[in-house]
Amino acid sequence: MLSTYMMTKEQRWELRLYIAGQTPKSILALKNITKYCQEHLAGKYSIEIVDLLENPQLAEGDQIFAIPTLVRKFPPPLRKIIGDLSNEERVLVGLNIRPIQDEIE
Amino acid sequence: MKAIENYAFPKTPSGISGLDEITEGGFPAGRPVLICGSAGCGKTLFAIQFLVNGILDYNEPGVFMSFEESTKDLSQNVMSLGFDLEKLKAENKLRVDHVHIERSEIEETGEYDLEAIFIRLNYAIESVGAKRVVIDTIESLFSGMKNLALLRSEIRRLFHWLKEKGVTAIITGERGDNFLTRQGLEEYVSDCVILLDFRVIEQIATRRLRIIKYRGSMHGTNEYPFLIDEHGISVIPVTSLKLDYKSSNDVVSTGLPALDKMFTGGGVFRGSSTLITGTAGTAKTILASYFAVSGCKRNEPVVYFSFEESPDQLVRNMATIELDFASYIQSNHLHLHASRPSLQGLEMHLLTLQKMLDEHKPKTVIIDPISSLITIGSGSEVRAMLVRLMDVMKTRQINSIFTSLIHRFDNEFSDAISESVSSLADTWINLRNEDSNGARVRSLLIVKSRGMGHTNEQHEFIITNKGIEFQNA
Repeated sequence: MLSTYMMTKEQRWELRLYIAGQTPKSILALKNITKYCQEHLAGKYSIEIVDLLENPQLAEGDQIFAIPTLVRKFPPPLRKIIGDLSNEERVLVGLNIRPIQDEIE
Repeated sequence: MKAIENYAFPKTPSGISGLDEITEGGFPAGRPVLICGSAGCGKTLFAIQFLVNGILDYNEPGVFMSFEESTKDLSQNVMSLGFDLEKLKAENKLRVDHVHIERSEIEETGEYDLEAIFIRLNYAIESVGAKRVVIDTIESLFSGMKNLALLRSEIRRLFHWLKEKGVTAIITGERGDNFLTRQGLEEYVSDCVILLDFRVIEQIATRRLRIIKYRGSMHGTNEYPFLIDEHGISVIPVTSLKLDYKSSNDVVSTGLPALDKMFTGGGVFRGSSTLITGTAGTAKTILASYFAVSGCKRNEPVVYFSFEESPDQLVRNMATIELDFASYIQSNHLHLHASRPSLQGLEMHLLTLQKMLDEHKPKTVIIDPISSLITIGSGSEVRAMLVRLMDVMKTRQINSIFTSLIHRFDNEFSDAISESVSSLADTWINLRNEDSNGARVRSLLIVKSRGMGHTNEQHEFIITNKGIEFQNA
């Protein structure tokens, strides 16, 4: 377990959030993911926001069908979480992010 | 289209042969149509053909949103039917978007909607200026997502959106147990619903189509057989269902001068149908062959469909009575086509025939015997097929000759098949071969001939090595 942790230590997390305009769900999703990242991935993450109303052609590439969708571009494998990300536990599991408490143990 | 109609419901022609006749013009323009059926019934192909025909024949660009097959698979699968999707895509007339949902990489948390699908679809529609849209099969979303209530309301919203967008859309759905589709899509798409069916009855596969609902329009309500061949889908009837063909006053010879004399006009009308009935061994095939030879002698192409004898056997047998089939085949006047009735379904037989009609453009067609077709279909199906066939031939002014075997113990005028066909036949000739004082006596009776006077006696005849000879003629 320790060795995998060592490997992930240097990782950067590249996330992308797909939204379609400033809807309440999208705003909530952005607020949630920013909060989780600051708590668990401080200093080693980036969040790119893609508004499909402005760039509809980008939806096909990442196979986006729901809004909002959070995509973990890096590290692989690709993961997607759809919804306003209100359940922290599921987001962390879904993105394969270890909560800080786990890392201390 | 009929000119007397004061209100024409706006329609989008599907371009699928036969279907536009049944729907009186096509699908409802600017509305969604639901096509449902079990796996492998041809839904996707149906939808593709609607798009491709739209692009090629009506200059209406299209969008295909696939939830199942990938873009590449789709292109490959329909290539064999002559649809070059890649070319249409390159010409910017078609856009295919494959919505691929990989369940394993997706987590759901909190509220969401399917706005991205709307955005993709909208983007695709705008990018080619699409008038036609296919969504194939949106129900696959149900296996990929947990929030079914949301999914349903989003699908409802999508169909509504499509309507507002003014595109004519085909939505495909898999056949369900209690509903037309697994997820009850018919609840949301209520303007036009078409059911495709693929059944195997006595080892013979038949595809059928039925229009379950078509709001605001007349439509055929029967089950119509359809075919998938190298040109895609065609729905039968492929020709007009109306009795509006022209009738000729020309008379053609039956091939037997003595028989011609029994008709006041000296033969049968060109483009009319003749039914020859009789029990086994009454010389039905021989009489039909005279018709064939008479056509050849007039220098007209003849197609002979044999369901019982092989071409070789027929040529040999006819040679014994001085009917020279071989040289007519050589001179390209006579085209013999033999196949076992059970080889394929009724529809395929009809299609083969149709193709031969297109290829050889015959003026005389012989089908010997139609009673064999009974073995592959029920009486009503065979009758329906024959009606269609006669329709095709009448519109083309083809002389058609059908033979039909009737059983010895049946009342010869109430045999099921003869009964159903006789009302369609313009001329009906019945042949007999009966015991009379210890010898067999052959005789011929003209039961009816529409629009033509004829004799009413039983005419006795014999068959010699010169063919049919009437006794008292």
